[in-house]
Amino acid sequence: MNATTERTIVRPYGDTTGDGMVQVSFTLPVPHDRRAEGAALQLAAKMGLHPANVVHAKAIGDGFTFFVIYGRVSHLVDLSQVVVPERDFPMLTAKEINATIKARLRRRVNVVGACIGTDAHTVGIDAILNLKGIAGEKGLESYREFAVQNLGAQVSIPELVARAQASAADAVLVSQVVTQKDAHLHNTRAMAAAFREAYPPARRPLLLVGGPRFDERDAEALGVDRIFGRGTTPREVASYLVHALTQRRSTVER
Amino acid sequence: MNGKLNLDASVVARARALAAKAGAPVVELAKAHTTVSVERAVLRLAGVTGADPDGTPWVNRLVDAVVADVGLGNGVALPVWHAMASLGVDDPTLLAQKAAAGSVHFTVPRGRSRSAAVTASRRAVAAGLKRIDAHRRERERMVRRLGDPRQRPWIYLIVATGDIYEDIPQAQAAAKAGADVIAVIRSTGQSLLDYVPEGATREGYAGTYATQENFRLMRAALDETSRQVGRYVRLTNYASGLCMPEIAVLAGLERLDMMLNDSMYGILFRDINPIRTFVDQRFARQIHARAGIIINTGEDNYLTTADAVEAAHTVTVSQLLNEYFAHEAGLADAQLGLGHAFEINPDLPESFRLELAHALLARELFPHAPLKWMPPTKHMTGDVFRGNLLDGFFNLAGVLTGQGILLVGMMTEAIATPWLSDRDIALANVQYVRNAAANLHEDFVPAPGGFIQRRAHQVLDEAVALLERIVDDGLLNAIGDGTFGVMKRPATGGRGLDGVAERTDDYYNPASDLLERAGGRPGDAHAAE
Repeated sequence: MNATTERTIVRPYGDTTGDGMVQVSFTLPVPHDRRAEGAALQLAAKMGLHPANVVHAKAIGDGFTFFVIYGRVSHLVDLSQVVVPERDFPMLTAKEINATIKARLRRRVNVVGACIGTDAHTVGIDAILNLKGIAGEKGLESYREFAVQNLGAQVSIPELVARAQASAADAVLVSQVVTQKDAHLHNTRAMAAAFREAYPPARRPLLLVGGPRFDERDAEALGVDRIFGRGTTPREVASYLVHALTQRRSTVER
Repeated sequence: MNGKLNLDASVVARARALAAKAGAPVVELAKAHTTVSVERAVLRLAGVTGADPDGTPWVNRLVDAVVADVGLGNGVALPVWHAMASLGVDDPTLLAQKAAAGSVHFTVPRGRSRSAAVTASRRAVAAGLKRIDAHRRERERMVRRLGDPRQRPWIYLIVATGDIYEDIPQAQAAAKAGADVIAVIRSTGQSLLDYVPEGATREGYAGTYATQENFRLMRAALDETSRQVGRYVRLTNYASGLCMPEIAVLAGLERLDMMLNDSMYGILFRDINPIRTFVDQRFARQIHARAGIIINTGEDNYLTTADAVEAAHTVTVSQLLNEYFAHEAGLADAQLGLGHAFEINPDLPESFRLELAHALLARELFPHAPLKWMPPTKHMTGDVFRGNLLDGFFNLAGVLTGQGILLVGMMTEAIATPWLSDRDIALANVQYVRNAAANLHEDFVPAPGGFIQRRAHQVLDEAVALLERIVDDGLLNAIGDGTFGVMKRPATGGRGLDGVAERTDDYYNPASDLLERAGGRPGDAHAAE
């Protein structure tokens, strides 16, 4: 351990310090023959592997070859130059999420979700809310401590506000997938304004919007608490909700 | 009935009787209702095709028009064929176009007009069933000529690019590499669309839309490959979600071979209304029975949300319910791809022994069903090397316990949709195990009174206890209370409830009439005509 904390320049480790050995595998769209293996070595060289060994090559179907390469990588890693992107809330496991809500809020968190405007694509909101989830991660419905209402597509803003009020929502999630002429931005501003009008500031539910066309930095400008972009997972949203709601409890209610 | 697990035949019989008792009220409920999707399926059988310029299928436009005039509870067949007779239109698609333009007023015919509409609608639907029968015979002919895969389990592989024209070469390559069954996974969210998209599609989210044209293109491509590889390569899609009955019809019309069709999946995992689901499912299964399609049920899903050891008996309960509903709809044992999965936490001591006990229990409870064995997903991580090892054990359990259909596990399960090379590595894994341990099941006889037998007995006992509770409580209430998975789904909630109606005394459905009279078998249908 000492060795790595002191040194800032490191190389991959095979079986000897500094040997730079790595293993990679890839497929090239060429039939398996000697030329294919030459092509694999050429790619390896361009990836910085020298010397490199094709230790395994196998034809896949008619026009593809799969390779496993072992080789020495010439690149150096400078630990002092590593930048870790900061997330301003901790990622929690499902267990931690449920446990934190139970311990800190002592009640279930009410979440209302919808697609607003003319957008009929519930893919995003369903991925985050439905039990089925996305990419092997279950949606918020799977969490014992979230009470989820997914209103589906083409929900009007007044209806969304009414449903949020009726179910005492802690958070409102809005998804906008398909958009044109910045409809997703207009819809979001209108939604945020409607909630501000309908609620006193301290009672307003958290407003979260998500969709591939949003810029995550625009939250403040659009009047919402958080924006989630492409590739967001349910656990990320759940972790954020736990963070924001427990924060809010300590700042507003105490 | 002792087999390898020495199960008590009276306990097994009790489990089946309880499943029937739990399921019977739901069947009665299904018989007392219809849905927009059942009625659209009837129209599809009668030959209504295509969509309006906005992409809304004519079957949707026609059902909506009928519902606006006379409601859904009478079914659409009588109002539609009566209107056709009155207006002198002989093509129901043309009637749909006229109705969409607002130039048709629908009524429920009485007396002689009713008899005429019954006869005419039955003739139109019989023509559709005849096409399904022809496809079934074509499949039987191709299997006779080309043969089934030489070994069990059949190797089931998924393709899912979103673009049917990209799926086709991938599916063909997979079949050439050894896949016996190709499943084209659907676009995320299709199950919640209340219409079936039209035409060949090139864009989907994490899957390819199920459309009649996509079905046709893929089946044709696999026919070509089947001839090349000298075995019949089967094609699978999904009869689930809000359009289950219609997709079942399209599958029958395009000779798909297997369809995902679980009795409770849509309710639990998609929040589709329970009554909508059970009504749609019964009709879809009647179509599948007729088409000779093998259904695949979705018990694996329970284990992805609940603990695979604690919830093992919920899988057994669901299998028994799925079996009951399937038999009631006319499906034969050979058409029941009852699902289960290898989802026990691999860090648990004796996890493999537990898996064997569960897998063997399913095998012995349903000796004539081609069980569908699903790979680990929940405990797969980014460690692809460990994942490949776990998949090897999954494959071994499948071979040892005589599973019928094996969905190939991917070591990259937790990372991305499979790459070409992932699939190749996964297939090599299955083929190694299937080759190395092909007949090991002969030697695999669990010790009498040993761990595996005891565990299987325990799961069966727990299943019986749960079934007793469900019978007391009522299946719909049990679903409403969150007995399965972790979801509470009340019968009055969920999507698609507005598309459900109680049948009136005037209700007529020519497809149900023909299917129920024929008992699902094509030979009898011809006699009935």
